[in-house]
Amino acid sequence: MKTAVQLPKNNSFQPQNNKNAKISVHNFNLFYGEKQALFDISLDINEKEITALIGPSGCGKSTFLRSINRMNDLIDNVKVSGEIFIDNENIYRSNDVIKLRTKVGMVFQKPNLFPMSIYDNVAYGPRMHGIKNKKVLNHIVEESLRGAAIWDEVKDRLKSSALGLSGGQQQRVCIARAIAMKPEVILMDEPTSALDPISTLKVEELLSQMKENYTIVIVTHNMQQAARVSDRTAFFLNGEVIEYDTTDTIFSVPKDKRTEEYITGRFG
Amino acid sequence: MSGFMEKSNRRKYFLEKLSGKLFLICAFISVISLALIISFVFFKGFRPFVAEGYNFIQFLLGYDWVPGEGHFGVFPMIVTSLYATIGALIIGVPIGLFTAVFLAEIAPKPIVKILSPAVQLLAGIPSVLFGVFGLAVIVPFLQNYLGLAKGQSLIAVIIVLAIMMLPTIVTVSETAIRSVPQSYREGSLALGVSEMRTIFKVVIPAAKSGIMAAIVLGMGRAIGETMAVILVAGNSLMIPTSLTDSVRPLTTNIALEMGYAAGIHQEMLFATGIVLFSFILILNFILAKISAKGGQ
Repeated sequence: MKTAVQLPKNNSFQPQNNKNAKISVHNFNLFYGEKQALFDISLDINEKEITALIGPSGCGKSTFLRSINRMNDLIDNVKVSGEIFIDNENIYRSNDVIKLRTKVGMVFQKPNLFPMSIYDNVAYGPRMHGIKNKKVLNHIVEESLRGAAIWDEVKDRLKSSALGLSGGQQQRVCIARAIAMKPEVILMDEPTSALDPISTLKVEELLSQMKENYTIVIVTHNMQQAARVSDRTAFFLNGEVIEYDTTDTIFSVPKDKRTEEYITGRFG
Repeated sequence: MSGFMEKSNRRKYFLEKLSGKLFLICAFISVISLALIISFVFFKGFRPFVAEGYNFIQFLLGYDWVPGEGHFGVFPMIVTSLYATIGALIIGVPIGLFTAVFLAEIAPKPIVKILSPAVQLLAGIPSVLFGVFGLAVIVPFLQNYLGLAKGQSLIAVIIVLAIMMLPTIVTVSETAIRSVPQSYREGSLALGVSEMRTIFKVVIPAAKSGIMAAIVLGMGRAIGETMAVILVAGNSLMIPTSLTDSVRPLTTNIALEMGYAAGIHQEMLFATGIVLFSFILILNFILAKISAKGGQ
C-alpha cells in the first residue's frame, strides 16, 4: 500500500518498508551542475522517531536534509532525480513548496532569528499564513515557546529583541519558531554545533520530548549526540548512505567496515 | 659597518617622519577647503543682516525677491526646493527601491550584469545632460501631451530630479539588501513563506538603515542639484500652487544671478547659499544618525 514505486533490483540498499515510515526516499540523486552530490539514496524515516544523519564533512548529509524541504531549490543549477515521499506524496512532483515547508519545519546550524522581538519571531510564521487574531497568536507563541522549553526564560521579555538572547536561548526560540507552524516533520541541521555544552544538553533533552509529537531528522557531527538522542542512524560517506539501521546497531555492531571506522574515530 | 647602518637608519626615520607630515598636510587640505568655503559663505551671507540692518527672518519668510528695490525674500524658493525634493522622492524612492530589490534578490545573473552597470553609468552622466534631456524630451512631452502652456515647471523638475537620484538610491540600497544575511532568508523560506513576502517582511526591514541612508543621500543630491534644474524649472519667482507652475529653487537662484550681482544683492545670494547649506547639513546629520544606528 505504502510504496507505489517499484525499487530497482540493482539497488543494494533496501528500505525497510516499515508501516511507520513518514518519509520515504527512493533512489534519490542530486547534482550541483555537473557534480553529483548524492548517489542513489534510499531510506525510510519513521514517524515520531529521531533519525540522525552522521558522516564526515562534505558527505552530503546536510544536502540530503535540505532536499527534504526543498531548500536546495534556492541554489542555482541543482538537479534531482528519484523520489522523496512524505505521507505518500511525492514532494518533487508538486511545486507547492509553501505547503511542503509548512509541514516540514527546519532548524539551522546557527541560530537565525530575525532582528525582531522574541514574540514577533515566533509569531512570524503564523502571521504570514494569515493568522491575525491577537489571542490566537498569543496562544501559539506561548505554546510554541513552552514546547521549546524556553518559555520560563523569556516570558517577561517577549517584546525585547530576540538577538539579545544567548546562543542557546536563540536556538531554542528558533525551534519554537519552527514549532509555531505546527509542522509534522522537523529537520535540524547540526542544531547544537554553535552552542556550549550546557545549551547543547538542554536542546538534546528538548529533542527527546519533542519526539512524542514530531518526526525529527537531525544532522550531527557529534557521534555521541547521535548515540544519545536518535532512534535510527544513517551513515553518509561521499554522497552515499553506507549504512542505515537502529542507532544501537550502528554504534554496537555496525555491518560495514567504513561505518565502524568512522564511529570509532579512525577518520572524519 | 655599524656606523653605516646607523646613518642609513637615520635617513629612514627622517623619511618616515617626512612622509607622515606630508600625508597630514594632504589630509588637511580638504578640511581647510571646507572651513574656507563655509567661513567665506557665512561671512558674506551674514554681513547684510549684521551690518546693513536687514532682518534675517524677513529674508527667510519674505515673498518678494526684487534686488533692484532691495527686497530679498527667499521663502518661495525654500518652498520650491522642498516641494521638488519631496516630489522627486515620491517618484524616485519606490522605483529605486524596487529596482534594488529586483537586482539584489530576483533578477537572474545575466540581467544583473546588464542592469547594474547601466544604473551606475546613470550616476556618471554630467548633470547638464540630464537638464538637456529634460528640456528636449520631458518639457515638450508635458507641453504636447499633457497640455501644459509652458513645459518648464515643477513637475519637470521633479521628474528630472527623480531620475537623477535613482542611481544613488539603487546602488546604496542594493548593497544594503545584499548584505542581509542569507540565513534570514532561509529562516523565512523554511517556514513556508513565499519569496516575495520574505523580501518585504524580513529582508527589507533588515536592510532598513541602509535603505534610509540611500534615501537621504538621494535627497542630498536632489536638493543641491543646480544645472539640470535651471534648464527645466522655468525660474519664475513664486510659491508654486500646482505642479505645472514655473518655479525657481534655491540653487538656481544663486546660479542665475551670481554672474551679474554686486553689493548687497551678491551678499544675499550668499545668504541663499547659507540656507541651502543648512539643508545639506541637516541631511548629513540625519545620515550620520542612521549610519550609527545601522552599525550597532
